[in-house]
Amino acid sequence: MAANMKAKQVSHTQTDAGGATVDPEEWLHMYRQMYRIRSFEEEVNDLYTKALMPGLAHLYIGEEAVAVGVCESLKREDYITSTHRGHGHCLAKGASPDRMFAELLGRAPGYCKGKGGSMHIADQEGGNLGANAIVGAGSGIATGAAFSARMRKSGQVAVTFFGEGALGQGLLYEVMNMASLWKLPVVYVCENNLYNEYTHYSQTTAGELSARPAAFGIPVEVVDGQNVRAVYETARRFIERARNGEGPGFVICNTYRYHGHHVGDINRAYYRSKEEETLWKTERDPLNLLSQWLTEQHLADAAIFEQIEKEAREEMRSAVEFAIKAPFPDASEVTQHVYA
Amino acid sequence: MSMLKTSESTAGATNGKAMRELTMAQAVREALAEEMRRDARVFIMGEDVAEAGTPFKVLLGLVDEFGTDRVIDTPISEPGFAAIGVGAAMTGMRPVIDIMFGDFLTLTMDQMVNQAAKARYMSGGKFMVPIVFRTTLGATRRSAAQHSQSLHVWPSHVPGLKVVLPSTPYDAKGLLKTAIRDDNPVVYFEDKMNFTTKGMVPDEEYTIPFGVADIKRAGADITLVATSSMVYVALGAADKLKEIGISAEVVDPRTTFPLDKQTLVDSARKTSRAIVIDEGYERYGVTAELAAVIADGAFYYLDAPVKRMGAMDVPIPFSPALEDLTAPTADAVFQMAKTLCGRA
Ligand SMILES: Cc1ncc(C[n+]2csc(CCOP(=O)(O)OP(=O)(O)O)c2C)c(N)n1
Repeated sequence: MAANMKAKQVSHTQTDAGGATVDPEEWLHMYRQMYRIRSFEEEVNDLYTKALMPGLAHLYIGEEAVAVGVCESLKREDYITSTHRGHGHCLAKGASPDRMFAELLGRAPGYCKGKGGSMHIADQEGGNLGANAIVGAGSGIATGAAFSARMRKSGQVAVTFFGEGALGQGLLYEVMNMASLWKLPVVYVCENNLYNEYTHYSQTTAGELSARPAAFGIPVEVVDGQNVRAVYETARRFIERARNGEGPGFVICNTYRYHGHHVGDINRAYYRSKEEETLWKTERDPLNLLSQWLTEQHLADAAIFEQIEKEAREEMRSAVEFAIKAPFPDASEVTQHVYA
Repeated sequence: MSMLKTSESTAGATNGKAMRELTMAQAVREALAEEMRRDARVFIMGEDVAEAGTPFKVLLGLVDEFGTDRVIDTPISEPGFAAIGVGAAMTGMRPVIDIMFGDFLTLTMDQMVNQAAKARYMSGGKFMVPIVFRTTLGATRRSAAQHSQSLHVWPSHVPGLKVVLPSTPYDAKGLLKTAIRDDNPVVYFEDKMNFTTKGMVPDEEYTIPFGVADIKRAGADITLVATSSMVYVALGAADKLKEIGISAEVVDPRTTFPLDKQTLVDSARKTSRAIVIDEGYERYGVTAELAAVIADGAFYYLDAPVKRMGAMDVPIPFSPALEDLTAPTADAVFQMAKTLCGRA
């Protein structure tokens, strides 16, 4: 188990972003973004367990550094595709929590008018082409968006987030092949949180993860997905490379989901131990790791973090209030938008 | 969705036998366990089928009895493990392939349609593909557009495939055992809202032949043909109709192919009115086929056009306020039946 905790060393670079030159304000901004995601998800957990949220809720808690480190390297007009575990990506790409909560509760002012819900939340204006309830499907759409960006000479880059479970899907290999052949501006971000639903990835994934993109000639790096500075540094390099026409990249972020596969997945002992969960939460928490580093560097102190956290919690509370008070869509909405 | 207990099957197979109450999930699990004990060639393959027993916990415990050699967890690779199932079936095994959500049929269609369905015919009768694809259908679970569809009409359309839509634990068990013993590819759909629905199941072993409709409730004034969980919607409507003096007969075809046309036609000839209710999309759907069978076979006996009620022709919306509008309800069937009977 201890071996699972470490970013698996492969024959590729293990990134350490210790020396990255970033304005301290920027790191604090990333702390804020990660905390906003955590706070958002805690509200989701609360809404769900109080039976106020319909459907399923797959929480991103524990994985915040991945979405934030990557999205901070993107421009607003760049694209992302997301997954069933997509609230973090959506927020990190700039969506506003009030309309997100409204979507999760199936209300009219939601990003998708309540028609998509948690697993299909999208923010077209913010470049989020959508969460997806088909594992791996976002990789195809992102590669298509990259293809389009190239054809339109727009300078945009596309990033696709997916869990390591998506490595089982053939689609990913078809599009990686084409992305590499055609040097498309797309970055594949694999969030390896160790489990495909209730099965450890070692039981479903043969060989080295990083050997797969490497087979297509796509540069790959494995990073500590709990260290937002490391994620940011690697993502930025890959994204700039893609933007400069040098082709796709692949980042494997080693991370962990603190909660169940979805909120209802309470009894997890048959597939992972309590000790493993505790170890990640206490030793590898992305918020703690960043705040510790910032404190050590004398770039921030406890009062600053408390302030950020308080503001984020207040923001999320009022976003929830907004959503709860929002109306459900009108019945006439049901037949709208089947066709353009 | 209504969780009414069905009246005991009128098929008569259960009369006088020792019975116990099982849920739909337990009935499915029992059928699998019995067939796996009986036939060493039967195995289960799919995502999170072993320890996890599927997200719906339908297969819980099977791995304890049969081990991971016969209850096999796969990567999230639907086309791949469906294909492995087809190849294994062509060479002497009897796979039961678990496709977690019916929506993922999109990913396995080549294996079902171009491979499994055609191997027998294309080989001039040399190959057979005794495979079962177990999957789900059914909306109103707030699972949104990619986890809520009822796509059972797709395999029903393809020569070479058989399609099973059990509505009760009794039917689920008997039909699944038949599916596993069948020498052809069978697609077996469970409504994900019905896994906890209870019903009586005999202690003794039994199977139910394909292509035999079951009259879930006898009646004289109108025929309600209903599939899968829509049987409960039809039974709910029949209860309401009874209160206003209309006697409805509820007929469950149980398999869309082979289809028991005779029972459908006989019922409609007797009652002279029919509504077909199915949770697939209405357009080009199961309701269209069944209504055509009735219109054709009972033409001279009908007092009203055959009516169809399916899912609204839209992707299933997430919002409960919208989703509930998309599936047929007992109330809507009641209203339609009243109108057809001239009682509007
Ligand atoms: C094609 C497909 N197969 C199966 C599922 C059911 N399913 C939903 S999430 C999931 C596990 C995904 O694991 P991973 O990709 O690692 O993402 P994580 O949940 O760990 O973030 C599965 C099997 C699905 N949604 N789509």
